Amino acid sequence: MSFEPKNPAIKWVEDRLPLPGMLHHALYEYPTPKNLSYWWTFGSLAGFMLVVQIVTGIVLAMHYTPHVDHAFNSVEHIMRDVNYGWLIRYMHANGASMFFIVVYLHIFRGLYYGSYKAPRELLWWLGLVIFLLMMATAFMGYVLPWGQMSFWGATVITNLFSAIPLVGDSIVTWLWGGFAVDNPTLNRFFSLHYLLPFVIAGVVILHIWSLHTSGSNNPTGVEIKDKQDSIPFHPYYTVKDLFGLAIFLIFFSAFLFYAPNYLGHPDNYIPANPLVTPAHIVPEWYFLPFYAILRAVPDKLGGVLLMFGAILVLFALPWLDKSRIRSARFRPIYKQLFWIFVADCILLTYIGGKPAEGAYLIWGRIATVYYFVHLLILLPLVGLFEKPKPLPASISEDVLSKKKPAKEEAANA
Amino acid sequence: MTTTTPEEENGVKRRDFLYIAAGGLGAVGTAAAIWPFISQMNPSADVLALSTTEADLSGIEVGSELTVVWQGKPIFVRHRTEQDIASAEDVDLATLPDPQPDSERVIKPEWLVMIGICTHLGCVPLKGQGDYGGWFCPCHGSHYDTSGRIRKGPAPANLVIPPYEFLDDNNIKIG
Amino acid sequence: MLKLLMSAGVAAFVSLASLGSAQAAGEAVELKSVAWEHGGLFGAYDRASAQRGAQVYREVCAACHGLSLVAFRTLADLGFTEDEIKALAAEYDFVDGPDDSGEMFDRPGKPSDKFPAPHANEKAARAANGGAYPLDLSLIAKARPNGDNYLYSLLTGYVDAPADFTLAPGMNYNAYFAGHQIAMPPPLMEDQVEFADGTEASIDQMAHDVTVFLTWAAEPKMEQRKQMGLKVILFLLILAGLFYAVKRKVWSDLH
Repeated sequence: MSFEPKNPAIKWVEDRLPLPGMLHHALYEYPTPKNLSYWWTFGSLAGFMLVVQIVTGIVLAMHYTPHVDHAFNSVEHIMRDVNYGWLIRYMHANGASMFFIVVYLHIFRGLYYGSYKAPRELLWWLGLVIFLLMMATAFMGYVLPWGQMSFWGATVITNLFSAIPLVGDSIVTWLWGGFAVDNPTLNRFFSLHYLLPFVIAGVVILHIWSLHTSGSNNPTGVEIKDKQDSIPFHPYYTVKDLFGLAIFLIFFSAFLFYAPNYLGHPDNYIPANPLVTPAHIVPEWYFLPFYAILRAVPDKLGGVLLMFGAILVLFALPWLDKSRIRSARFRPIYKQLFWIFVADCILLTYIGGKPAEGAYLIWGRIATVYYFVHLLILLPLVGLFEKPKPLPASISEDVLSKKKPAKEEAANA
Repeated sequence: MTTTTPEEENGVKRRDFLYIAAGGLGAVGTAAAIWPFISQMNPSADVLALSTTEADLSGIEVGSELTVVWQGKPIFVRHRTEQDIASAEDVDLATLPDPQPDSERVIKPEWLVMIGICTHLGCVPLKGQGDYGGWFCPCHGSHYDTSGRIRKGPAPANLVIPPYEFLDDNNIKIG
Repeated sequence: MLKLLMSAGVAAFVSLASLGSAQAAGEAVELKSVAWEHGGLFGAYDRASAQRGAQVYREVCAACHGLSLVAFRTLADLGFTEDEIKALAAEYDFVDGPDDSGEMFDRPGKPSDKFPAPHANEKAARAANGGAYPLDLSLIAKARPNGDNYLYSLLTGYVDAPADFTLAPGMNYNAYFAGHQIAMPPPLMEDQVEFADGTEASIDQMAHDVTVFLTWAAEPKMEQRKQMGLKVILFLLILAGLFYAVKRKVWSDLH
């Protein structure tokens, strides 16, 4: 497994700083299960989107002015006057949505195939930390254009902290740097919005480090047993990921070039007005499930706690899931529950975008209760009582058993 | 040890072509995607739209100078005296570091219009100082004459003449 | 696995579709739907219509509404010539200065200027309009859901109030405005402007034209965006095909 570079310059560096060797291990020879499906592409796509967001963000910061009097117009200056400014700004705005789409699929893949289970608990935790940092970054980024939704989103979300007993109001004042969301708030959000992506990049490195320590999970959930089960990352998965990237870029481009404002809110093209609240305040779509949970509770503190609890409970997942089997492929009951849980999350997303009244409120409460019932009750119970299907002896055995029937079918056709 | 059959060779060739085509197209796409990120640093449309400045000369007395701003740079507009003009014209061009006759540097001899930025490292020279009655750059000691030509010091070239035209006797448009 | 992929795809589409309707919530009435030339994947702004729309804006809307993000020079996008733009800009006065004696002075507009606001600030605008604030129109077409159809519907939506509807004093009934009570009186009247190209200035025509103009004002880069999008997506399709072929080849070694 040792890395012996042929190029003398690389060898010279390697002898003094083993970075080329690390990269070689990570991107070239990393032994990867041979049976990874396209669901495993979303990890590298998430990494790609982080780079896109950082690069476009740095460029936008060259033209943006973080001041309440200029922020809105400086964004329009980017849209109208800066060379390709419209392209870069739409890339950044839609890129945030793309980043979340990819990360949500990545998370659900982990849920389906039990990727959070031992020995990958810390890998799962680091992923959740990235997710939390992404949410904070996306929220502060949405404030920067200083439109109506920016202003009122910032007001509503920072007011969540006022639910904390005793010190809540002081914390909110501290967050604002004043007695309302105003210029000091905008300035600090800009500063943190610029900082956090680099923190994310740092945690991503830990995430990948941890991944490469325990190895990738795979659709069977059976660990790599011998050389037959694994293939080097390059060229097999680099080329597979590149193809996935090209397909994903087509999806991204469709939004970017033909519906750049579809995922945004018209209200954010109205400059912020601290005296008038828009009729329907809705967060960006990727926050809607959590917003639905917040509104499902008729108590301020309770709603806030439940909303944060919905994310924090995921940290306990490796211990809540009692099953010894990882992959849902061999867990007939959990497989059903997984899809019901996905449907529940989609329902929460839908409810989060609707006014909190009538049937929406009732459905929001049912979906919220189910979210926690699934994670806290069904998941531990099903692990104890479920009778799993027989596992393949190894990854290669599973691959071979799948190839045979396919070949027979081809012969018959 | 095996010998390759013609079919295998064909297969290898087709594969190599495929790799080169995919890699090449990928590289082209990456390069095209990088361009907007470079281009965005060029002057934006609103900056380009401000690329002309008009100046009113009627208030500038003989021997004095007005500084106007064009594209964010100081423009010296000097109403030259007879003496200034004479000394600018009466120079042996061969002795100049950047030879240029005074007539090439003005439209009307009494009006000298130039960018007030030292050609050495971009400081703004001071008027009426230096050894040649023109300008002197305090940063690194470049001396310019009454035609704005470099005479002594580290600057490599004469002060630059911006594109300008006379709209009428008393108004010029720079840019 | 394919089944899994498809069901996830369906799930994603369902949630996206629900988003669209989530944002459309709050629209009480269905808007009139116009087959705009700027709609669709290849749509471009109707130049003649947008030019007439610019005239409607300047002669009608501009009395109360600003267009403060739009520079005169950008009218070149709509086919105005340089001389027309210069003449048009010069119709407005701008405060500039200070001059050499420290005084501010008025000068005629230049192509690099932006459309001036009709009022000095929001308070002045409210004072001049009975307490209502005429919005700046630069982004109005993007600041309302289904912006172009909304603007057209609103401008042509002044009808008599139903008998059982009580209007507050100073308000006007509009079929498409939220709550139906709008402070803006019907802005357009038949033959209010005279179009140079001989087009009849009906209310419908003027509403149509000014909507095209304001849609352009809100999204002036739409045409570049769509053109680039077409090239990028075609390129990516070819690239994806090649990458897929390479992937098949690389993986075919594996047994």
